[in-house]
This record gives sequence, structure tokens and C-alpha cells, in this order.
Amino acid sequence: MKVFNVLKPGFLTTIQDLGRYGFLKYGVPISGAMDSFSLTAANLLVGNSPNDAGLEITLIGPELQALSSIQFAMTGGVTSPKINGKDVPMWQTLRIREDEILSFGKMESGCRAYLAVKGGINVPLVLGSRSTYFRGRLGGIDGRQLKTGDIIEVFEAQPLKFEYRMPEEFVPHFTNHFKAHVVLGPQVDMFTEEAVATFLHSPYKVTLEADRMGYRLEGSIIEHRGKADIVSDALLPGAIQVPQSGKPILIMRDAQTTGGYPKIAVVISPDLSMLGQAKPNDIMEFHGVTLEQAHRKLREYCKLLQNLDSMLVRSPNSL
Amino acid sequence: MKPESHASARYLSFGDTALLIEFGDVISLEVSRKVIALNEAIINAKIQGVEELVPTYRSLLVRYDALKIGYNQLVFRIKGIEMTLKDIRMEKVGRKFTIPVVYGGEYGPDLGYVAQFHGLSEEQVVKIHSEREYRVYMLGFVAGFPYLGEVADEIATPRLETPRLKVPSGSVGIAERQTGIYPCEAPGGWRIIGRTPIKLFNPLQQPPALLASGDTVKFKPISEKEFKNGITAK
Repeated sequence: MKVFNVLKPGFLTTIQDLGRYGFLKYGVPISGAMDSFSLTAANLLVGNSPNDAGLEITLIGPELQALSSIQFAMTGGVTSPKINGKDVPMWQTLRIREDEILSFGKMESGCRAYLAVKGGINVPLVLGSRSTYFRGRLGGIDGRQLKTGDIIEVFEAQPLKFEYRMPEEFVPHFTNHFKAHVVLGPQVDMFTEEAVATFLHSPYKVTLEADRMGYRLEGSIIEHRGKADIVSDALLPGAIQVPQSGKPILIMRDAQTTGGYPKIAVVISPDLSMLGQAKPNDIMEFHGVTLEQAHRKLREYCKLLQNLDSMLVRSPNSL
Repeated sequence: MKPESHASARYLSFGDTALLIEFGDVISLEVSRKVIALNEAIINAKIQGVEELVPTYRSLLVRYDALKIGYNQLVFRIKGIEMTLKDIRMEKVGRKFTIPVVYGGEYGPDLGYVAQFHGLSEEQVVKIHSEREYRVYMLGFVAGFPYLGEVADEIATPRLETPRLKVPSGSVGIAERQTGIYPCEAPGGWRIIGRTPIKLFNPLQQPPALLASGDTVKFKPISEKEFKNGITAK
């Protein structure tokens, strides 16, 4: 079913699901929503499964003309969405009717907003995922970001009988200051003790070189004990590499799968979604936790995701 | 300085979702054999909770689901597997591939530089590059890109000082003692000496990459005409 005609694509709008897993050994990055929590929430608000494909909207939103009357929801960074110029809320089920125009204002907080449509976006599965990896031209529409004239289609689905809203306590609020937990290693022994202390107790600023591949950070220099290069090793999103310059690089979802810099620490997976909302000039701080603590947080996070569906506030369909 | 090939494997946590088993910090056949042997053995062991394995030059990354298997339990299982490998010391022999390459000219713009750098003729560089069997140490950089080694010292050449913004799909390059093939157009700093008509990556096929870690590759010089006819790999 055709749901949107792309009038303006925005700065960088891509189709994403929760990622393309199982192909790292072939050099294929995981990709998927940078803020997977927000995409999951958007899907649940329209009765989709968490891994259905939605739109990831970066900084400047697109302008979309509805081609049919549909139910949808928007989450993530606060971006003042409007239907025919009239403000509509995020984090709840909405309806847009044929020919109405969905537009977005300035990204007021965070960096990425998510839009899920009842049924989920219908593009071919590529290596088990619909996520767009534009550097490798995989997934989404022809492996690229949206452009003017694209038609977005979704799978046919029964309309929701109810509408849903995310309770305030589960809505993340993004400021310009991010605090994430990290587990030290795997190559923490290549850094001096002072360097590790510096890394864990200094704020780092996100530079202009920040995209879906990763963020170059700036702040107190992290010194290596000896050499700064290693023979290439595997990479995963969340890894923090430190090259010769002593300035850390946070690896994100479209990064290459191998790299030759030592990794001082890795951001725990429950905190990675939030970091997907960071933009240039934002500040990041990293707090060390043990692996046991990290796994406790992971269990809590997975429990939250499992129960999120039942936390939604349900009201009769007024749409 | 630390020894670059560890006496025994190091088991390191990689965040809350992966275990890294590190064998050394060196490009060597010995380390790579250990990595591939353990990779195969873990696949065969079908450990509940192990989601994905990534072999590299130096290490094997094991992505796991901590809700299904604890870190200590996983380390214990894999150490047990590693012990048995020490006794048997065998490795499944990888597949062998012949990759046709048209060397030089517009297809290999750096062949002249590599020759000059070593005081060789272009023909000698081609002969040296194509007479060796190379091991696929790992795939990375871009989808399907094989890191092959090791190139003979006589033609090992440093990377370009300024990487090219676009290296054509199929380009065969040299970077120090590594050689590799660009599966798609990408930016890159390797010295490009030729090009293959073979497609190394196809996301619509399973597996999507032609080559896998542990395979062996030999290059076969072909003419421009043969390149254009697009020979297929054995």
C-alpha cells in the first residue's frame, strides 16, 4: 500500500529496522536505527513488531504527502511535526488522511526522530534486514537515503482498534549532555593508568565529524603506553577506539567491521540508543562499570523492552 | 616490547555483548591458523547463546546473548574447545580460488610506481604478485573486501599518502605486505596494480561474499580483452 510521496527528503532520511545481524565476518556492518529504543517505541505505538522498518529522520525532517489514510507514530528527537501546518504530538498513535502534508520543524533536542507506519515499511529484505546502509548501497530504497519523488509503501495491515500513548516516564529526554556506561577493554592495557582515569573523568565533545559510522570526540588527550596502532581487529557499535592523536572515536552502526586502533572501552548496549541522539558540539561522559553490572543493566533493559508494549496507555480510537 | 604472538590466547570482554579471544598483534600464518581453527570448532560446537563469530588477523570476536549464556560460562566452554585444538593441531583447509586480473594501464594506475619503487619492471611485479598463493586473513573495510597476505618483500609498497576518493570496483591493490580486492567502488589508499572482472560480493546470494577467512587466492594475469569478456571464478 502506498502511504507517502516524498515532497522533500530532509537532510538525511533513511529506512531502518533494528539491524542486519550475522554478516560481520563478510564485512557487512550491523546498521539499523541509531536510536533503536525510539524506533521500537514507534513500532509498538502502531501495533507493529519492534523490528519493522520505519523512517529515521536526521536533524532536518522531510515533507511527506499522505497517499492514503493511515495510522502512524513518531518518537525520538523532538522535531515539532505538523500535519497541514498544525502541530501534532510525538510518542502517540496519530492518523493522517490522504493528501494531507506531514512536515517537521527544527530538531529541538536530540538528533534523530523515528516514524513508524501501521504495517511497517515495505522494501525488500537484504541479508535479512530492510535497514539502509548507504555507503554499501544495501537495503532501504536502492540502498540510499530518500529523495524527492520516492513513494513509501507499507505492508497491508488491519487498522488499530485503539490508539496508544507512551507514558511520560518512558519517554527519553535528550539534552546536550550525555552520560553513558562503559566496560573497559578489550585493549585497555595499551593505555596508561592516568589515561584511563582521564577518559573516565573528562567530558568529551562531539565534533563535526559525527555520522552513522561514528563520532570523533574531542577533549583531554588519552595517552597510549607505547604504540597506538594494532593489527586490525573486529569492531562493534559502542566501541571506543583511540588513535595516535589520543582523541577517541565512538563507533556507531554503519562503521566498518574491522579497525586498527586499540579500544579503551565499549559503551554498554542499553546506553547506545541514547548516544544515537548525540549531535556535533554535544558533550559525552563515560562512567566505568564492571561486566557484571553491565549485564544486570542489560537484563533490566531487555525486561523493559519486553514489557513496553503493556505499559502503553490505551484509549478508544478517536481518530 | 610485548611479544606479538601471545603464548596463550587472551580472553577479553568486548562490552556486554561480545568476547574477544586474542592470539597476537601480528599478521602471521600461525596466528591466523589458530583464529580459523577456533572459529570452525566453535561453529561446530553450536553453543547456545553464541550469535556470531568474526575472525580477524589477530583475534576471534564472539558475539553472544548474555541472557542465554553467562560470560564466565562462555569463556569456560571456549577454553575447553581451545584445549582440544592444541592436541589435534589441525585446520580445515580453506577453499582455493583463482582470480583473473588485468594488470597495469588504466586498470592498475600504480603498477608503474610499484615497479619504480623497487627498481623492477612492470612485468616482474606482475610475475611476483601472481605467482604466490595468498591466504584470506579476514574480510572487512567494505562488504566483501578480502585482506590477503603476504605479499613478497620485493613488491611490498606503502599506501598512497593521500587516499583516492574513488577506487573502481574490482581493483586489486597492495598496502605494505597485504594485497586486497575492492568489491565495490570505495575511497582507498592502496596502490592499485590491476582489476578483476570477478564479483566478490552479492547481497542477494548466500553467503554474500565469494571469499571467506581461511581461503586461498591466486591471481592469474589476463588480457584486457579477457577482462572485458568477464571471466567467472573457479
